This record gives sequence, structure tokens and C-alpha cells, in this order.
Amino acid sequence: MVVPKDYESDVEIAWCPGCGNFGILQAVKKALVEMKLEPHRLLFVSGIGQGPKLPHYTRGNVFNGLHGRTIPAATGARLANHELTVIGIDGDGGAYGEGLNHLLAAMRRNINMTYLVHNNQVYGLTKGQASPTSDAGFITKTTPLGAILPVNPLALALASDVSFLARGFSGDVEHLASLIKAGVKHRGFALIDILQPCVSFNRQNTFKWYRDRVYRVEDEGYDPTDKAAATAKAQEWGDRIPTGIIYRQERPVYEEQIPALKKKPLVRQPINPSQFEALLDEFA
Amino acid sequence: MTDFNIMVGGEAGQGVQSVGAIIAKTLARGDCHIFADQDYESRVRGGHNFFRIRASTRETGAVSEELDLLVALNSETIDIHKKEVKSDGLIIHDGETTQARISKTKGLDVPLIKLARDAAGNRLMANTVSVGAIFGLLDYNFEIIESILTKEFTRQGQKIIDDNIKAARAGYDHARKNGRSKTLPEIRLTSRKRAKILLNGNEAISLGALAAGCKLIAGYPMTPASSIMEYIAGKEKEYDVAAVHVEDEIAAINMAVGAGYAGIRSMVATSGGGFSLMVEGLALAGMTETPVVIVLGQRPGPATGLPTRTEQGELWYALHAGHGEFPRAVLSPSNAKEAFYAIVKAFNLAEKYQTPVIVLTDHHLATSYATVDRFDLRRVKIERGDTVSPTKIGEARSYRRHAVTDSGISPRALPGLTKALVVTDSDEHDEAGHMIEDAATRIEQDLKRLRKLDGLRKEIGPPVIKEAPKADATLIGWGSTGGAIEEAAAIFQKDGKAVSTIHFNEIWPFPADEVKAVFEKSGKTVVIESNATAQLAGLIRRETGKKVDHTILKYDGRPFSPKYIISHLKGVL
Ligand SMILES: Cc1ncc(C[n+]2csc(CCOP(=O)(O)OP(=O)(O)O)c2C)c(N)n1
Repeated sequence: MVVPKDYESDVEIAWCPGCGNFGILQAVKKALVEMKLEPHRLLFVSGIGQGPKLPHYTRGNVFNGLHGRTIPAATGARLANHELTVIGIDGDGGAYGEGLNHLLAAMRRNINMTYLVHNNQVYGLTKGQASPTSDAGFITKTTPLGAILPVNPLALALASDVSFLARGFSGDVEHLASLIKAGVKHRGFALIDILQPCVSFNRQNTFKWYRDRVYRVEDEGYDPTDKAAATAKAQEWGDRIPTGIIYRQERPVYEEQIPALKKKPLVRQPINPSQFEALLDEFA
Repeated sequence: MTDFNIMVGGEAGQGVQSVGAIIAKTLARGDCHIFADQDYESRVRGGHNFFRIRASTRETGAVSEELDLLVALNSETIDIHKKEVKSDGLIIHDGETTQARISKTKGLDVPLIKLARDAAGNRLMANTVSVGAIFGLLDYNFEIIESILTKEFTRQGQKIIDDNIKAARAGYDHARKNGRSKTLPEIRLTSRKRAKILLNGNEAISLGALAAGCKLIAGYPMTPASSIMEYIAGKEKEYDVAAVHVEDEIAAINMAVGAGYAGIRSMVATSGGGFSLMVEGLALAGMTETPVVIVLGQRPGPATGLPTRTEQGELWYALHAGHGEFPRAVLSPSNAKEAFYAIVKAFNLAEKYQTPVIVLTDHHLATSYATVDRFDLRRVKIERGDTVSPTKIGEARSYRRHAVTDSGISPRALPGLTKALVVTDSDEHDEAGHMIEDAATRIEQDLKRLRKLDGLRKEIGPPVIKEAPKADATLIGWGSTGGAIEEAAAIFQKDGKAVSTIHFNEIWPFPADEVKAVFEKSGKTVVIESNATAQLAGLIRRETGKKVDHTILKYDGRPFSPKYIISHLKGVL
């Protein structure tokens, strides 16, 4: 039995009142309880940022590593023990800036994990500098002349042939929880970009701004297995912002292609030095 | 004592490396000791490359600069190396290629290309003809050459094997008919017991890592480390190990740390440039108390430096890399045998002390071949450190990954294997692994981590000390220079000088007490190392207060030879 209490933590939350992160935390907990996943079978890997503090505010195994390096650490942990359910958590700075190279590689590899990106279009923890997803022209202390063109994470993911791609909104907890569940259940790499208003540093992309624009693609008879349609959806931004599962496909999972992982997780395999005797013959 | 030296030289693409390896492997079947090194440029075709093989009746770990046989696959090789050929030595070459005119007493003209074409129908096998010629001159048992060629070319099929054997045979017969043979019974096969193996430093490290139970290597190619991942990747289908060619070295270290956190032995292998990208991850391992093993194969820097050459310029870097303060161990094996046991020890220390361990090698050690006694895998002891048993933990809601202990070591639980939740953070954290800001917890955790150095200090062996009574001088080195220093000392001893040696094959935490003791009766102290700033001498000064009398430094990217050391010592002693 898994009950909501299993995911309650007593660590004091260091987010600003009204922060979009609260909705994401709620959705994560809801999804995990509904999936009946026990906390010790779960591993959160996160980086540095306000969003990536999330694992401390719920329960599970936690590896809170470096800014932007969530994905390789999560990949290493999955390779060591592929019985763990792995959820990665980063902000848009860590995911699409510092760690972008890892994201591209993870999508190509198709490692089986779910990656939640708290996308507030600004650097929160370091207090309000432009992020890779800030709107062009966004004025901050580091970009007094205006930010450069933003990256489009959805288009990037599709170009990397991602196997699961969704966009959620932290103001729609119910829907976000359903996306997280779908991502965790998906076999392969699942990227969930989450629109997260930052009440302290982003006066432009507020709760109201998003609420006026977001809609659920599934309400419009959208087919997430159609890559051409997904590619078009990825370009939609402005008056209407799509949320929901943008794209989904079956692709070979990285772990399943490694012979050593076929029997059981590496961490459960014994160490036996003498099994390598035959290799010495190569040098005799 | 017999000491026989062969050099094969040519341009990249002529197969200098593979011919050299075949010669070394063939000679290793005899009862002699082999040491072989290679010198090549950072390019795929052209330039000048050579491979030196030394066969000796005495154990040797250094190159010699006096050649008995020079195999010149092009004329440039003759120009550059003829001065190294001994007065009774011989140059084997193909007159048609080299256009060199060498007297009959100094040279043997073997029509390598013609013989390759006639015997094997393939001019590319000219280099195999040269192998045959060498062993023809040595009157070596041809069956051994045949068996080595068969083993070398197995993967390429029977026809390639047969053609290579034909090519070798042609060279062998030609040399026996036309050359003045040099019979060296000492280096020929006399028994069939084959107690020795021939391998280079990277191969020893790869084998050691597998034997130690390394289950994951994550890497990005960089000379001289690439062949470690390549070797292990080649075993992925047969053995339970994963090799991941990652997007960059930052991914490599973070992946290895993630795997270490989840409970498997994991490693990375790189050179200085890649290590620089890993440094933040090194500190992450220190902070999260995660075991990880890093092989740092040095080459001359700064920046890209001399990619295919050797240097010991990163001793201080290996000791200090990483922001903040955290414990580490640094091992610096001097030869292939030590490299094998060093990597095993590195994995044990990393897990016992839950912290990163660096195995510091260099291009010379990584790529030089040596005969060593076949490793005894039963001697490989696995020590996984203080772990929490799954049964003991039960329902433990209260497990604290970073529990404060006297030794600084917190018993380790692994995520998913028990009900304990394993929480850790690169932010400063409390015992439970959650991030904190308060000063008291910070101090407590910082000291706890650093206390692990006390235990580590006891694990590090003393340097290898060979004391001569009433020493006139003590030669001091670390890492791959061991063989050359040792041999230089032996030569001085023979000349009636009392020379001691101290060699560091485990260098951090620094074994200061043992060093101080030797300094009391050392005579003149001379530190010998492959860098320009005398990093070991500086470290000794810092850790013991002792100032060494002299240094012999070499930073041209080439390894030390005993001869080089002797010529520089003459001014000192
Ligand atoms: C290597 C490195 N560079 C910079 C930082 C400082 N830093 C911490 S979080 C952060 C960006 C935060 O923005 P984001 O990733 O979007 O997360 P948010 O705080 O908005 O949730 C930066 C620049 C760091 N910790 N490490």
C-alpha cells in the first residue's frame, strides 16, 4: 500500500510563496501515489536550481548533484540498477543551458528515465538572469540589451528523435500528474517540459499569462504518434500554447542493448576476479 | 648478461606499431625480459614513428638507446637513427625504398616489397617480411613466429594469416641466406612454461579494473587513455561490464559517480584536458562521498600540448584538482605490474573511504610493453568497505547516509536494495543528506569527510626504498621513471658508487615519515622527474621540510633512458 503520507517530507521548503514549483511538487506526489510506487524503488536525480530542490520536499532516494549534470548521473545510476525508477529534475537553465549536450545525448541513447524540466524562462536561484528559454529581448541584469533568441526545447527534442515528449503547466496539477504518470510508464527517455511561473523574477510569463493561452492537445483530437503533426505543434507559441503529450514512439531502450544488463542489474552481480583468467592468455 | 635491442622505424600507416608488437610478442616467448616503447606523432599518415624492443636476460623497465638491429621501413629512419646503431649492429632495409647505400658489414638489404609481392601477393605485407628477416638473423624458431602471427590475425581470417606467414617465411629465408647471423641462445625459447605475459600499462589497468569488479567505464577518447575504454568495450559481450562512449568528459565523470552512488564499481580514464573537464565532478564525488576511480594518463601540456608524448606535469594537479577540500588518494604505479595492482587498490580504497581515487600514469607507462609474471587473480582482494546489510536495515526510516562517525566513514546503503532511502547532495548537507545552511552542521560534515584522510594515510604504502649503506647519493622519482632510475643506479653501483633509490608508486596521502628517515642518511639527494618545475621535489619540501640537493628534469616529451640519467648525474656526483 502506498499512501500520500509516504511522500510527505518534513524538510522546510525554500521556495517563494506562490511559486509555480508548488504545483509541480503536488503533481509529482500525486502521480507517484497513484502509480503505487514505493519511495525506496524510486530515485530522484536533480541538479542545482530552485526547481531541482524538489526531491528534498518529498521522499525517495535522492542524488542531488551538480548544476546541469542530472542526466549523466541519472544514466549512471540506471546502468548500475535498472530496477530503479529514475526521475530527473532540473530548471530550464540546467536542462537547456548548462546541460544541453547531455539532454541531446540522452534522447539519442533513449535511456529509460523521466526528465522534468521546471521551465520558468528565467534563472531563479541565482536571482533573475535570462535563461535559454527567456523570450527574445527579455531584459535582465545580465542582458540589459535584451536576451538572444530562445531555444525551442520541443523542436530540439523532436530533432533528436525523442521517444516521449510532453508539455505540462504547473497551474494544472491534475493534467500534469497524468503526464508524469505517462512519462514514467513510457519505456525510454521521457522529456516533460513544465511551464512554471516564477513569481519573483518573471513578471512577463505569469500564471494569468499562461492560463490565457494554454490548452490541452488531447481536447482537439490530436494524434501524438504523428511526427509531422508534432513538429508543427512544437512551433506553436504565443496566443495559444499546447500542453499534453506532444509525441510518443517506441524505440529500443539503451539499457536493453547492453549485454551485461540482460541477466539482472549490475549492482546485483557478484565480483569474481578469477573469471578473467582467460583474458590473461591473450597476453601470453 | 645479454641485452639485445631492436628498433623498427617508418612513417604512420606503414605498420610500425603492429610490427613492433609482433616482434615483442615473439621475443617474449623466450625466457628473456622484454621492455618495448613506442614513439609516434599525432597524425594518421606520414611523419616519423618508431617502436623499440629490448630483450634482456635481466629484468628491465627502461629503454636503451643502443641498437643491435635497426629495421628501417623508410630512409628517414636511417638518417635519424643510424647514430644509435652499435658498432657491431645492423640496419635492415629495402634498398629500393630507402635508396641508401650501406656497407655489407653495417646493412642488410632485404627486398621487402618484392618478397611480399612474390610470396604473399601483397606489397603491404613488406613489414611482415621484415619481421621474418629479424628472426632469420637471430636463427629463431620459425614455429613461434607462425603461432604469433596466427594469433595476431585470427580475426581477419585464414587467408590473411597464411599470407602473413608466407611473407614472414620469405624474409626469414632471405636473411638466413644473405645475412650474417647473430646467434643469441639466451633470448631464444628454452622452455615452454610461459609463466610470463607481455602487456602495456593500459592493458594492465584494463585487466586490473575488470578483475577488481569494475562494471562501468564511461569515457571520451583521449590519448593516452583511450585504449583502456577500448579494451573494456571489447569485452562487453563476454563479461558483465558496460562501456559507454559518452558525449564529453563531464558526462563521463558524472555518469561514473551516478553509478558509484547506485552501488557498482565505476571508472573513467582520460588525459589532462579531459580531466580538466571532470574536475567539478571530482569534487562532487568528494562531497557526496561517492566512490569513483579516475585514471589520469598524463601527456605534455599545457592545453593540447604534445598529444602522443610523455610527461609528469600533473602531479600537483592530481593532488589539488577540485574546488573545496575533500579527501582523495593518488597512486602512481611505475610499471605494468604495479599498474594492475594499483587499480585494484584504487577500487578498494574508493569504496572503503567513499571518495575519489586517482591512478596517475603517463603516456610512457600507458603505451610501453613489458613482460611480467602472469597476474595471480587469486591475489586480487576485493574490499567493499562498510556497508549496511539489507537485513539489518529492515524498515529503517531513519537511515542517515552521512552519519557522523569517528572514522568519518558512514555505513553505506545502496538505493533500491533496501528500504532505506539514500539521500545525498552536492550542497552541504546534514547526516540525512538534506541540504543545510547552518554553521554547526557544516563544520561537523566537513570534518567528518576530512577525517577519512587519517584512515587513508595508513593505507598508503611507503615508497620503494633501496638503500645502499653509506650512500653517496639517493635518486628519487615517482611513476613511470622507475625502471630507468633503477637501472642508472645499478650502473653507478657497479662503478663503485653507493647509490640508494626512493620511488613513489603511491603518492597521496604523502608518506612523509618514511621519507624523512631515509633523508637522514641519503648522501646527495637527486630528484628525477619528467617535468620542468620539479613537482615531486616541491612536494617533498612541503611535506617533510627537506630540500633536495639536485634535480634532473626532462620535459621534451620523451622518456628517460638510464644513459640520459647517468650523463646528467656525472656532473652532480
Ligand atoms: C557550474 C555552475 N555554474 C553556475 C552555477 C550557479 N547556478 C545555480 S542554479 C543556476 C541557474 C538556475 O536556473 P534554472 O536552472 O533555470 O533553475 P531555477 O532556479 O530557475 O529553478 C545557476 C546559474 C552553479 N551552481 N554551477
